[in-house]
Amino acid sequence: MPFFRPLLLIGALLVAVSAHAGKITVAAAADLKFAMDEIVARFRQAHGADQVEVVYGSSGKFHTQIQQGAPYDLYFSADIAFARALAKAGFTASEVKPYAVGRIVLWSATMDARQMTLAGLTDATIARVAIANPKHAPYGKRAEEALRASGLWEKVEPKLVYGENIAHAAQFVQTGNAQVGIIALALALSPELASKGGYWLIPDHLHQPLEQGFVITRRAQGNALAQRFADYMGSPAARAVMTRYGFVLPGEAVGK
Amino acid sequence: MLTDSDLQAIWLTVRLAGLVTLILLVVGTPIAWWLARTPSRWKGPIGAVVALPLVLPPSVLGFYLLLAMGPSGPVGQLTQALNLGLLPFTFGGLVIASVFYSLPFMVQPLQTAFEAVGDRPLEVAATLRASPLDAFFTVAVPLAAPGFLTAAILTFAHTVGEFGVVLMMGGNLPGITRVASVQIYDHVEALEYMQAHRLSAVMLVFSFVVLLALYAWRPQARKGG
Repeated sequence: MPFFRPLLLIGALLVAVSAHAGKITVAAAADLKFAMDEIVARFRQAHGADQVEVVYGSSGKFHTQIQQGAPYDLYFSADIAFARALAKAGFTASEVKPYAVGRIVLWSATMDARQMTLAGLTDATIARVAIANPKHAPYGKRAEEALRASGLWEKVEPKLVYGENIAHAAQFVQTGNAQVGIIALALALSPELASKGGYWLIPDHLHQPLEQGFVITRRAQGNALAQRFADYMGSPAARAVMTRYGFVLPGEAVGK
Repeated sequence: MLTDSDLQAIWLTVRLAGLVTLILLVVGTPIAWWLARTPSRWKGPIGAVVALPLVLPPSVLGFYLLLAMGPSGPVGQLTQALNLGLLPFTFGGLVIASVFYSLPFMVQPLQTAFEAVGDRPLEVAATLRASPLDAFFTVAVPLAAPGFLTAAILTFAHTVGEFGVVLMMGGNLPGITRVASVQIYDHVEALEYMQAHRLSAVMLVFSFVVLLALYAWRPQARKGG
């Protein structure tokens, strides 16, 4: 069996995993992509060798995955209701903490979105409008609410294309496959997207607030690093990053 | 039991897979025939290109197709110049993407079948003054019939199982690009496990029946051939 030994060796190499002393994995809603990257970078600077990994995706999917034992230590949901539901089902090790209120904007990579309004979406030059899937993505739900509240849903719905999460919807617009998108302000303010097109802030009286919340999950119970990261979210440094990405923070006046 | 939107997703999936199978029968057969019989040095590279979708992550295919078919991509500029609009988020775009995605599942079984036919029956046909085209349709195709069936079933089944490419360039439109696999994903994300279960069960039974049919056919074909 000349092949057996090398195969065994390769197998052992593939199975071997490096054990990190302090490492946590954060599951974060897709609207946090850029803000959370910065916060984690600052956290790392402040805490040296500590490792924080972030996985971005849709809040609904993470909610399901955590219930099925996914190895996430913190869960940042774009809809605080998902985090509360997890807490109610006993999958959390902390209170549900509100961390931000999100806003939705019209954004385009090819047109000047600053001059746009929701009513402008009915214009014939706009063939496709991207939103996140309202069925399970919090930002998609709010986009639908804003369109309905403006009495535009019936006219705009035939143009809608649905992203799996808000970053996916933004990507449809970024590639030009949809002319306009209703996306998170936090994404429109990111360096990647801010260089193009500009945005128009959708008045927040048109939709339910995008109240966002996070929890420490049950598997991270007693995990000091997870607790430190949770505390860090309340620090001035982290709050400054969140504010820069357009989030309204708990304890601040809404509607500025 | 299944909701209307589930049934719509299933019907859309069947339409997509059926259409892709028909297109690939037309497109894939000459490619397979050429690959099976050519002495050209291009056989290797072309064969590798055909097999690419077997290896490539669907996200790579979806990403390239989305960019290529987008307004600044080469395909997108062509379709716009032809007044066809843009392909992403349309059923036609999905069909084209699926043709690429399922290409090896049509070509490879056909190529194997044509190779198994060998030169001899065609040489005999030629001595009987059959034109190459005549020989192809009256000799090679009947002899390779089991290969055609295998290729068609695999292509259909593989297209039904498509997910990543559709998610990346479909836009999740009910009745247009929301196929069954995407519908299940949506159910799960919306925490509608019961509906996800029902549709998943349909897919499971379907896949099993397809494979069973395939394996039941094969020994018979061997006896016949």
